[in-house]
Amino acid sequence: MHKPDSHSVNLAAAFGFVLLAGVLVVLPHLLSFSQQEVLVLLVINVLLVCSYRLLTLTGEWSLAHAVIMGVGAYTSALVAKKLSVPVPLAMLAGASMAGFLAFLLSFPLFRMKGFYFLIASFAAGEVIRLSWKWSDLTFLFGGPKGIKRIPSFPDFLSIDFYEPVNYYYLCLIVVTISLLILYRVEKSRIGLTFHAIHWQDKLAESVGVNTFRYRTLAFVFSAFFAGLAGALYAHYVGAIAPNRFSVEEMVYILIWAIVGGTATFYGPIIGVVVLTIVNEIVLRSLGVEEMRPMFYGALLIIAILFLPDGLESLVPKIKRLFGKRDKESNGSLASPQIAE
Amino acid sequence: MTAELFFQTVVNATYAASYMALIAVGFVLIFGVMGVVNFAHGELYMAGAYTVVALYADQGFPFFLSVAAGLAFVGVLGLLMELALFRPLRDNPLGGLIASIGFLLILQTIAVLGFGVRMKNVPPSTQDKLVFMDGVVLTYQRLYVIVAAVALLSALWIFLRKSKFGWALRACAQDREAAVLQGMSINNTARLAMFIGAALAGVAGALTAPLVSPTPYMGHPVVVSAFIIIIVGGLGSLEGAVLVSILYAFVHTFVTTLYDGTLANIVGLLLMLGVLIVRPTGLFGAKERA
Repeated sequence: MHKPDSHSVNLAAAFGFVLLAGVLVVLPHLLSFSQQEVLVLLVINVLLVCSYRLLTLTGEWSLAHAVIMGVGAYTSALVAKKLSVPVPLAMLAGASMAGFLAFLLSFPLFRMKGFYFLIASFAAGEVIRLSWKWSDLTFLFGGPKGIKRIPSFPDFLSIDFYEPVNYYYLCLIVVTISLLILYRVEKSRIGLTFHAIHWQDKLAESVGVNTFRYRTLAFVFSAFFAGLAGALYAHYVGAIAPNRFSVEEMVYILIWAIVGGTATFYGPIIGVVVLTIVNEIVLRSLGVEEMRPMFYGALLIIAILFLPDGLESLVPKIKRLFGKRDKESNGSLASPQIAE
Repeated sequence: MTAELFFQTVVNATYAASYMALIAVGFVLIFGVMGVVNFAHGELYMAGAYTVVALYADQGFPFFLSVAAGLAFVGVLGLLMELALFRPLRDNPLGGLIASIGFLLILQTIAVLGFGVRMKNVPPSTQDKLVFMDGVVLTYQRLYVIVAAVALLSALWIFLRKSKFGWALRACAQDREAAVLQGMSINNTARLAMFIGAALAGVAGALTAPLVSPTPYMGHPVVVSAFIIIIVGGLGSLEGAVLVSILYAFVHTFVTTLYDGTLANIVGLLLMLGVLIVRPTGLFGAKERA
């Protein structure tokens, strides 16, 4: 999309976006109440997994992202509940706190790379999560039971955000704006530098790129939006506990990103949407909810063995199929999204 | 802290060190030879414990026969992982790690479906115990774990030093390409390492089953401890893993006894972070992996 080949492609893209927007607006009214609730969580998870991808652009796979989301949730919940700050401001505070914590964590963590970064990020996340659980801090974080009765989003122009449909629209707006920002960052010079650090960090350093600073920048950005996702979650569900942000939850973020693919902006979105739909339709209709981890585990293994580039790698293939039929486009639609 | 409590804590820490060493050494062996971080190692331990639940607690087989079955079963699980996951992903260390996460979820679900999410109580196989200093107690059940750890790890050490297979394993751990060029079968060494590594975790789970009340999620804290031990002890160093198992078990047990378990976990993780900050590639890790 950053290199339009012809007018027809631009038109097609614009038409696609209008269609998508229409579907997203109408969708909740076609669903049952419980499906609407799932839809809200799905939109929040889209933001979560897209924010995670920004970090993976620099080549690092953190295992602290679920905890970072929790930092946003806990901060926002506490600020709103104990300090009586209005919820929208509390959400910003939560996101900022998550970003600030990532900034602090980057000093020890970005001394490491690859496997060591993975393990250290896991340890740092666990330390934060265990402090929520720790009995000496129960007065603040509520211990293993967490925080209950978190204030919900206030009514605005007599719109009741307690209703899943209304909260869905709110999340849709917040997430769309966040995704636009994430997209702009990725396509900017900063985003290109992230790519450069991933593929050639020594070369990037040799031409004067401060790789440490850019890794930190990606980490802070990604944490800010993960924190925002956490805040959206906390004020919707109304109760949070340390186990909600455990390594098991982190595994789901990994699975969405890996099954979807992380080479393109839309890859993680495909991952989280497809897996959530399959999970809701297939597993729930079969009544085998307790098989969910096995289902996700098997999908993860199948993806890593047979589709290592994720579901997104199917998109150019599908486009090429259509391209052959449509002579005018000359298969130009099949041009790769990102040169790697 | 009274002298009695002190010595009781020492006894408890010795027991903890024994089963942690069994798990950590298997973890290091797999990492050393295969180059994969086996996230499912804690679930292999869990599988060993559930073998004892199924055979000894539910079916009434003799305890030690069930432990032997646990060792064999989990060893075979290790072979299966090598064949189905780690061999196709040999050139992709991060892929191996991620595949092991998928396998972990599958094993957990099987345990939930087969035995339920609730804790399983396994009756002790013996009520005998050693008592010394008028009150410091070491049950036979715990003594078995200590004896098994010393015996199995000594046997492994001798095997690695003296046998041809042992040499091959260590050669592969040091430099895989060179070992292949010397005509060693990388598939055979990988199989062997996976079998031994998994079986050690399985036997630890089987022996501790009457002591810990198995749950499908018991693997998580275990794999966290294993991470701490191998990072602090140095990746690929079996001796380091044993030494740090002892050190970590003592620190953890004493902090748990004096304060609480959550703080003990935090202390362990901070210990590991501290080591990583001082040596960003791990204590003895010279080269970058994954």
